[in-house]
Amino acid sequence: MQAIGDFLSGLWRESVKTLKILSRNKMGLFGFILIVLIVLLSFVGPFIWPPETSANVTEINQGASAQHWLGTDFQGQDNLRKIINGGKDIVLIAVITGVLSMLIAVVVGSFSAFVGGWVDSLLMELVNIWLTIPKFPLLAVLATVLALKDVVTLSVLMAVLEWPALARQVRSQVLSLKNRDYVEAAVMLDLGTPRIIFRELLPNMMSFVAISTIFAMTHAIYQQTGLVFLGIVPYSSANWGVMISAAERRGVLFNPQAAWSILAPMAAIVIFQLALVSFARSLDEVFNPRLRTSV
Amino acid sequence: MATITTSTPTEPAALGVIRKIASSFLLRRLAKALFSIWLVTSITFFVIRAMPGNAVDVLIQELTTQGVSPEDARNQAAALMNIDLDKPLPVQYLDYLGNVVRGDLGSSYKSAGLGVSDMIAQVLPWTLFSVGLALLITFVLGVALGAIMAYRRDTWIDHLLSNIAATLDAISPYLIGLLAILLFGITWKWVPIMEMRGAMSPGIKPAFTLEFLADIFMHVRVLLLVYVLSSIGSWMLQMKSNTVATLGEDYVTVARARGLTDGRILTAYVGRNATLPLFTRLAISVGFIVGGSVLLETLFTYRGVGFLLARSISERDYPVMQGVFLIITASVVVSNLLADYLYGWLDPRVRIAGGDN
Repeated sequence: MQAIGDFLSGLWRESVKTLKILSRNKMGLFGFILIVLIVLLSFVGPFIWPPETSANVTEINQGASAQHWLGTDFQGQDNLRKIINGGKDIVLIAVITGVLSMLIAVVVGSFSAFVGGWVDSLLMELVNIWLTIPKFPLLAVLATVLALKDVVTLSVLMAVLEWPALARQVRSQVLSLKNRDYVEAAVMLDLGTPRIIFRELLPNMMSFVAISTIFAMTHAIYQQTGLVFLGIVPYSSANWGVMISAAERRGVLFNPQAAWSILAPMAAIVIFQLALVSFARSLDEVFNPRLRTSV
Repeated sequence: MATITTSTPTEPAALGVIRKIASSFLLRRLAKALFSIWLVTSITFFVIRAMPGNAVDVLIQELTTQGVSPEDARNQAAALMNIDLDKPLPVQYLDYLGNVVRGDLGSSYKSAGLGVSDMIAQVLPWTLFSVGLALLITFVLGVALGAIMAYRRDTWIDHLLSNIAATLDAISPYLIGLLAILLFGITWKWVPIMEMRGAMSPGIKPAFTLEFLADIFMHVRVLLLVYVLSSIGSWMLQMKSNTVATLGEDYVTVARARGLTDGRILTAYVGRNATLPLFTRLAISVGFIVGGSVLLETLFTYRGVGFLLARSISERDYPVMQGVFLIITASVVVSNLLADYLYGWLDPRVRIAGGDN
């Protein structure tokens, strides 16, 4: 536990340092600020602008106006307000899936690389086989049969399907770090595998871990939207994916006047995804010495 | 590999078989492909039949609420799913595997009397056609654009294409599809979205006539465009970095020093070596596009395998769902196998070294 605690405090120091370096990369900083804004708006916003509970029959499917900045939907409710209230689910799904799948991947991947031998070969062979199975249909079928009800179990299921691909990447990272002097010294001092993994190895592949986690997050958002569209994930909560499919099902797509109801949540998802990806790409530039230009 | 060892009688012979498989590139890949299909078949079996609150129980329950007696409901469900519920689970499992091997996937629960295999056979050609064509176009375009980006590195065209590729890569195919319908079909009215539903117009006979080809192209074009747009970004970026790496190789410098023409260097030296690693991506790309087809075929009402899977999911038609999922997985695994063979044939080093690591 001590090792993990040290790792977390190290992570904090590292994050502050990263932010300082990041402030020199414009795209990355822009992405980072956008992410912070979206997260703030999704978690604090609902207290300031609570969801509307009744339909407004006089204001159905309107375009943007001074009163409704992003128009109104098929129930006459304000799209902007729905977007503010629908972000929490998306952020939660992204974070839980991304972090959980990365955690499993780090443990399994570094274990595989450390143990080596036939265990390693077998694990990687299984991972390779797993990678050939199309994940989205599998996710759709499993989610249907398991009848998932809430955001957390859905995220856990997605993480369980997602980690093998990450584990393979973690393994190759660990393999390249394994023979460095400081790791060999730690092994000879017999510091214990958890300590070596969390204190010696992980800080050195932090950029890779962060970037892969972010890509897993964008992937999770996309999958969730797709599951909602197929009607697998229940409509109970109002998130951006639900807004899109609800609009699509109401035939809003074929009503030129109501395009706002479908474009607004789409834009929210795309902006969040692009913010995550541009932040991830800039992390790559910050950490990767070969790509580093002016730091 | 487990399936092979169980069927061989003596220890040394079994070892010999394993060694033979392990040493042969082709057989090893084949064994892996068969193992993947077996794995997926087993996962679906246990998830659908063996877990508490599983699909068979749900099916029986639904039939009972429709007024069928519990005993009849149980028999009907067993008949639809093609299993004997009175047998112990391992026997059910073996029966099921046997049925799958024989191509018998049970019958649909909602569209009464229709065999799942027949339903799939009707829609599979359309998915193979659209996904295959999309893959071909994406590969050729992605390689060409990626090479242009590498050759014109740090010019405006590279920056423009790189940004477009990165953006397309980040947006999910489903959203690109929605946007395509909204823009091309509704806002700009370039294509008649309503008439494009289905894989071909009613009344057109499938034959190699110009009329038929024009019709199926009319139906597939926007779907094709969305497939290409959603997967071309990663191809372009990959090809660019491969080409840049290849351009720095010694043999390219030597070729330049020998005074070979740029065209010859591009096709015989740079192009071939930069394209080679992309063939391993082909396998990943097939899975990606097929996975996306579940959403996109539904969005465009294109009656392929993905559409059938989505419909069976929304109708909770478990026999169809299970069968379609199996076929989707099997086709992705088989195309992976083909891509592996293709790669092994193009690059003999893979066959000799025996592995992708």
